Amino acid sequence: MILSVPAMLLLVALVIGPAILVLFLSFTNASLGLAGIRFIGLANYTRMLTDPGFAQSLRNTALYVAVVVPTSIGWGLLVALLIARSRFAVLYRTAYFLPVAATLVALATAWEAILHPSLGFANTLLQLLGASPVRFLSDPATAIYALAAIGVWQLVGFNMILFLAGLSTIPEELYEAAAIDGADRGLKRFLLVTWPMLAPVTVFVTVMTIIRAFSVFETVAVLTQGGPMKSTSVVLYTFYQEGFRFFRVGYASAISVSFFVFVTFLSLVQMRVSERRARWKASGGQP
Amino acid sequence: MILAQSSSSRIASDAVLMTGAIVMVFPFVWMILASLTPQSEIFNGDLLPTPTLHGAIDNYGTALSAIPLLRFMANGIVVCVAILVLQIAIAIPCGYALAKLSFPGRPILLVAVLLGLLVPVQIPTIPIYIALAKSGLLDSYAALVLPWIVSVFAIFLFRQFFVTFPDEVLDAARLDGFSELSIAWRIMLPAAWPAVASFSIFSIVAHWNDLYWPMVVITNPDMMTPSLGIAYFRQAGEGTGNVGALMAGGVLVTAPLVALFLLMQKHFIRGLVLGRH
Amino acid sequence: MAALDLHIDDIGKRYGAIDVLRGICLNVAAGEFVTLLGPSGCGKSTLLRIIAGLERADQGHVRAGGRELDAVAPKDRDLAFVFQSYALYPHLSVYDNIAAPLVMRELSSLERLPVIGGLLPGAVLRKRSIRERVGQTSALLKLDALLERRPSALSGGQRQRVALGRAMVRKPKIFLMDEPLANLDAALRIHTRGEIARLHKEMQTTTIFVTHDQAEAAALSDRVAVIFGGELRQVAAPADLYREPVDLDVARFLAQPFLNEVAVAAPMGGALMIGGSRIIIRDALGSGQAGTLAFRPEHATLVDKDQPGALAVCVTRIEHAGMDAHVFVNAEVGAEFVARISAERARPLRDGDNLGLNIDPENAWFFPSSGSRRPGDHSGAA
Repeated sequence: MILSVPAMLLLVALVIGPAILVLFLSFTNASLGLAGIRFIGLANYTRMLTDPGFAQSLRNTALYVAVVVPTSIGWGLLVALLIARSRFAVLYRTAYFLPVAATLVALATAWEAILHPSLGFANTLLQLLGASPVRFLSDPATAIYALAAIGVWQLVGFNMILFLAGLSTIPEELYEAAAIDGADRGLKRFLLVTWPMLAPVTVFVTVMTIIRAFSVFETVAVLTQGGPMKSTSVVLYTFYQEGFRFFRVGYASAISVSFFVFVTFLSLVQMRVSERRARWKASGGQP
Repeated sequence: MILAQSSSSRIASDAVLMTGAIVMVFPFVWMILASLTPQSEIFNGDLLPTPTLHGAIDNYGTALSAIPLLRFMANGIVVCVAILVLQIAIAIPCGYALAKLSFPGRPILLVAVLLGLLVPVQIPTIPIYIALAKSGLLDSYAALVLPWIVSVFAIFLFRQFFVTFPDEVLDAARLDGFSELSIAWRIMLPAAWPAVASFSIFSIVAHWNDLYWPMVVITNPDMMTPSLGIAYFRQAGEGTGNVGALMAGGVLVTAPLVALFLLMQKHFIRGLVLGRH
Repeated sequence: MAALDLHIDDIGKRYGAIDVLRGICLNVAAGEFVTLLGPSGCGKSTLLRIIAGLERADQGHVRAGGRELDAVAPKDRDLAFVFQSYALYPHLSVYDNIAAPLVMRELSSLERLPVIGGLLPGAVLRKRSIRERVGQTSALLKLDALLERRPSALSGGQRQRVALGRAMVRKPKIFLMDEPLANLDAALRIHTRGEIARLHKEMQTTTIFVTHDQAEAAALSDRVAVIFGGELRQVAAPADLYREPVDLDVARFLAQPFLNEVAVAAPMGGALMIGGSRIIIRDALGSGQAGTLAFRPEHATLVDKDQPGALAVCVTRIEHAGMDAHVFVNAEVGAEFVARISAERARPLRDGDNLGLNIDPENAWFFPSSGSRRPGDHSGAA
């Protein structure tokens, strides 16, 4: 028992205690530097719902998630399916996984230079092809998409690895059975065997990618600081600014509690789905 | 997968994969090229920067002298090692106790660990920040390390690993004179080696690359970790900044992790995949 | 080497609502080899673990050499345990596995460190002594060539010997073995059984051996303690156990492989009635209860069908087993019996033959339906 005491105390001090404190703070007007805190009920939450700035950052985040999630999952799945039968599998796997392993802040600065509004590689290429330059990160209309592109670039390899792991668990006999049943290649086989067998992995990947995309922070903090014109201010960045730049502790707490509720909800959905699949498998259902 | 494919579909699939792989690797290539190119030549309208020896010496020289890059990396090493050592020192005995010992409070602790897994890392940061500020610990290694020393993920991972360890070996160890703590260190730790390796990579990558927490607690450039240092100097020289030197810094900061990845792909991938559960 | 006597006094253990052990009393003499025999789940392993101190009894005491052990930690009980799965440390070499009990006891944690430990003068001497003792043990068990290997690179039999070595190396006063042969294949099991007997003869260490295999128990033990459902039913030398089982459970468990049983009414005048036949057996004297008559196949003889006093039977099946044959018969009284006769005598028999069956009254037992018989006690129920 003594073995778990340090962990138990630290768990309370560093995770559970602070989490409870955050919940408490979210009902107060606490602010670092201001003496005294007052209980203000749900005011922080109502403010969050009515604040146009927060609504903007929610919209931006939703847009980011809407681009990153399907693109990085679709691309990751496609790569996983193609890689499995490529002669250069190891090479491709390494290449696609490299962005996951790298220091995002460093690579984000490289992306920034590549996307430089006038002289970057991307615009030089566009001009060579006869198109007019795009101001990518400096244009409010394109900035969030540019960040989403970097997000996709970073997540494809990770999703690919998860899909590869999922594919490796599909028994070869199922493909043989499908071949005998007439679905021996391409889309037919994919729809009959691969896609249904991959469903639990897909649910997991989707939930993970949503949470990751929703938590986008580094690229925003480094490249745009929420600009231009608030077009890339996202939830976590707003939380960071409110909490640690403006020290509106109560309000920031309310944001983080909402974030926690959202993440927990997604995790529970994922657990429910995978549990149901596990039960189905355990009860002998052909998966 | 069972039928030989036509060579045309093979070529098509390789073309798709290759295009994607080029996109994936391109920022790395560009970063390396730019780090070797004189500052004035990087944005000269050419498609790609053209490396020169003089540029390389200039950029890496600046990165190592004008930017305290070695300091950032040393900070990064200190912080990552301290966090990892403490995480393992705390999680191994706890994981062992949760998996193999019965004591009052064990079910509660297990529930606490599972709940802890659900809490995103950003949630507890406000109270911890306030506590660190009040105790004057901002801008210190303690501020960078302390909040992370208990990893619920590590506890959970090790517990899952230990649960399947045969009880009879533990009984044998008790008869041979091992204390519970020496069982945890001398038997469980070696047995959990693959899990420890994977977790170590997850932890090192997470804290080497982390920007959020250093940004919250560090303002003194001397205490900055690699990610924060790069971000800080990018901002300091906004627009007209020395892109070549910044890219050289980026190469130096990224190289250790990429090297680790290339050397230990299996552990590396498993560490990151496990870490996202 | 000094061996210790062991006294187990009224041990009881409950898991939730289940009594795993009830009032177990057993005295083991110094140097004696005692087997705990019983079907799986009977509590014999739990008893062994209580003796080792790995589990705590809810009641009762364990004493060894006059010392009360109940509050003594397992490592201080001066006993060694051989586990069914061998329980070798997977990350240590054979040498380190065998040395582990010595290293953990005799070196401080500082002295165990690889480099610093080598600089401490006392540690060097003690390490040399450990090396010598591990060497002796590995020589005795023919493990010398394997000392550098990891357990995963060993065969089952080799692992078993390493487990024995780890138990023997610190010369414990008492050996506890929990089904140590169960994971070996049949030939190796018989061979290792011989090894264990030889080692016990050489070292004369008090040994408690748990098994569910009656042949193993009979081959190794000075005495066998039979446990059923958490109760100690009988403690006896193997030969006595075979001749005089105390109740039907014990008789069935020790039958190899068959036991003949037939339900009978209460005996009258010292005789039992089966169908029309009267059998006088000593157990039946004075008992006023209905019960079961049981006898082994080797104590039944097949005779002509009209011999007076014999039960009328009809052959249904014949199993040849080398020198002997088992003849399965249906009796007219509605029971099935097996007789074991020489293969030679079984040769002319055919399915459907009508014969007579005689039971050897000296080797048949009457078990009253409640309670047990007492060997030599002719008053019947306990």
